[in-house]
Amino acid sequence: MGPASETELAEMIRGASGPLDLRGGGTRVPWRPRGGAVLSTGGLSGVRLYEPGAMTLVVGAGTPVAEVEAVLAEKGQRLAFEPMDARGLMRTEGAPTIGGVMAANVSGPRRVQVGAARDFLLGVRFVDGTGQVVKNGGRVMKNVTGYDLVKLMAGSFGTLGVLTEVALKVMAVPQAETTLVARGLETGAALAALRAALGTPFDVSGACHIPLGEGTETRLRLEGMAGSVAYRAGRLRESLCAGWEMVGGAESAALWREVRDVTALAGTGEAVWKISTVPGRAAELVAGLADLAPRAVFDWGGGLIWLAVAAEVDAGAAAIRSAVARLGGHATLVRAPDTLRARVPMFQPQAAAVARIAAGLRARFDPRGLLNPGLMAASDEVPA
Amino acid sequence: MDMPAPDPRVLARKADLVARLRKVLPRDAVIDDPAETRAYECDALTAYRCPPLCAVLPASTAEVAAVLRICHALDVPVVPRGSGTSLAGGALPTGDSVILGVARMNAVLETDYDNRFIRVQTGRTNLSVTGAVEANGFFYAPDPSSQLACAIAGNIAMNSGGAHCLKYGVTTNNLMGVTMVTMDGEVVEIGGPWMDAGGLDLLGVICGSEGQLGVVTEAVLRILPKPEGARPVLMGFASNEVAGACVRDIIEAGVLPVAIEFMDRPCIRATEAFAGAGYPDCEALLIVEVEGSETEIAEQLEVILEIARRHDPVELRESGSPEESARIWLGRKSAFGAMGQINDYMCLDGTIPVSALPEVLRRIGEMSREVGLEVANVFHAGDGNMHPLILFDANKPGDLERCEAFGAEILKLCVEVGGCLTGEHGVGIEKRDLMNVQYAPEDLEAQMAVKDVFDPKWLLNPAKVFPLGASAGRRDVLSAAE
Repeated sequence: MGPASETELAEMIRGASGPLDLRGGGTRVPWRPRGGAVLSTGGLSGVRLYEPGAMTLVVGAGTPVAEVEAVLAEKGQRLAFEPMDARGLMRTEGAPTIGGVMAANVSGPRRVQVGAARDFLLGVRFVDGTGQVVKNGGRVMKNVTGYDLVKLMAGSFGTLGVLTEVALKVMAVPQAETTLVARGLETGAALAALRAALGTPFDVSGACHIPLGEGTETRLRLEGMAGSVAYRAGRLRESLCAGWEMVGGAESAALWREVRDVTALAGTGEAVWKISTVPGRAAELVAGLADLAPRAVFDWGGGLIWLAVAAEVDAGAAAIRSAVARLGGHATLVRAPDTLRARVPMFQPQAAAVARIAAGLRARFDPRGLLNPGLMAASDEVPA
Repeated sequence: MDMPAPDPRVLARKADLVARLRKVLPRDAVIDDPAETRAYECDALTAYRCPPLCAVLPASTAEVAAVLRICHALDVPVVPRGSGTSLAGGALPTGDSVILGVARMNAVLETDYDNRFIRVQTGRTNLSVTGAVEANGFFYAPDPSSQLACAIAGNIAMNSGGAHCLKYGVTTNNLMGVTMVTMDGEVVEIGGPWMDAGGLDLLGVICGSEGQLGVVTEAVLRILPKPEGARPVLMGFASNEVAGACVRDIIEAGVLPVAIEFMDRPCIRATEAFAGAGYPDCEALLIVEVEGSETEIAEQLEVILEIARRHDPVELRESGSPEESARIWLGRKSAFGAMGQINDYMCLDGTIPVSALPEVLRRIGEMSREVGLEVANVFHAGDGNMHPLILFDANKPGDLERCEAFGAEILKLCVEVGGCLTGEHGVGIEKRDLMNVQYAPEDLEAQMAVKDVFDPKWLLNPAKVFPLGASAGRRDVLSAAE
């Protein structure tokens, strides 16, 4: 199904009698296809409003991210939350859409400085599981009028409704960027350096530690006006980052595309986990999983770990999820063969009280259990 | 402003309720003497008052849970209260409700500079969160004007902002986790000191839910390293239009100041008479503040001043010292006090797209002349969050009503140009009946469905946020049960 308008989408959902697999650009395959109809949002695309001087953009949810970025680039602006292009990592095709990015709350390396995708979502229109069109938020920066369903929709993976239109806060592309790079640091020391840098007033906009060939690279990014970037790079190199190499301009930008898209873990048959944890516990968390022989990409100063492990047995689910439960955070299995997907839930199980609230919300917004059913639920039960 | 009549069936249970509350709380934490409950009869929206049935001051999450279990069992409405600084009536009780004040829960539970967070009990005041970390070079970013008094609990309930959120965001962008007690007394933990909460973004919907989904007792807040320095520049312009265009050009140039504050002529005059900050005599005034090291401040100001000069400023004053900076901010910071000195006033909080600024100010001016009530405008221009202050005389019969009606018209105008009713104060009772202007019945239904899930009996702060007509069927639990 490919509705060409919100009205058509609402009719289709009202008339649906079985599960719907929601699809933006199709760069993230459905976790467990139910043989339901594929509902594509590609027809709901196009720029509705763009005011560079108010830092706001309103677009159809099915608009390709590339199109959004091109429109913004013309005015020297961008999506500051730096959404990843998942195609390499997920071995998929298609074109990522802005609705898909928001439904999965996809935030890139700049998360540490500017916030997550959800922090840039000002307003939404969506169709819930009953076929009702709902709007929430708006197109202004500050808005506390009623409940913030905008945040609730971000990261809901379509389970509460299908996004049809999103209003975004956009930001200017800064004049300059520089990356400070160190090679061969041991994980604990590297992450400690990243955390220390994030604790300075030097406004770090990227902090990662990644495997590269046989070695590792530890990177810190600074962005802003040219003089300011030079000043801050200098201050960091005087202290925490003595001896780190400086990479500027387009070369620096390329380094961060690589981090954003997790290319270090692309193109293999391993299972890939995305783990959110307390940055200072990241090294300990991964060290404790040595039995799985994982390869780890640390972003967000350690707060985000992309972990590749052998796609065998449960792909380390039991060990990883219990380690995360002990140290804080949650683990999402983002890439795995179908056989594993059938056995391992994508999301970290939640405490009973929280799971009850989440299930209650899904039951209210999608009482027939049509929208990506079971995806975010602890069990596969579809509400009656 | 209507409030639902107290339910006589609840009033009849007072003795039983108080006896049960006394079993789970220390003697001095249950207040039922009418002479003392009057302290809780209103918040900062003082035009509306009503003493609660009783007030409780629990000292821990467990005590909050015990109180809520009792109220849940007896079907007694509960109104959570931080420091009572709400300008929207968010903490206004009804005669049949229990005020649950979190003021005794004000401890810092954990500070972690390595991971850049602080965990506090939510009765702690906003400014004292920064106070707890500033010796180590950190601060908590959201800075509502009431930050000396307002509690983190209220900040979370209203998703409070402040002058510096252009750069740092509002409460929801700085809140990482909460411990919350739901109305049935269950304690839930959501999020924590990691960067996204996982699962559905419950944290996102709890923040700004005006105490209607649960009582947040502890919060994990993001703290930031303090910038090396900050400096404001003051600009005077010949018209609101020109000042508005200057704001737009600064933003389009890609410089992101931490604050852009706007004052119009009536506001400049009043603050000048009150505080004598030495502001120029002009139609519109901007205070633009940038942060960083000396080099960085100079670099940003060069761009900003160049833009300002293109708009023929009648005054351009760069601060050369901390004393001069304080002087530039003095008038802005005393604006509300200055207004209070000359008149009673009502402070609005609508947000508009920045591009609509000149048009909205012009139309507010026209309406002001028609209605015969003066309006002074002071607001956060970078993000379009307006604070029109309507001056009136509370002692003059009918003036408050005229003022409220005028305020409603201004807020409708904000919505009409693509903005919203409230940018940082919340809906409370003040804007409750205007929600229909911004949202269709289905939009409100979707929001109320969220409350149905968290608080099926609609006992938590029930008569707020939604138009009374829209929530009526849900609020009348006792009748529904019979």
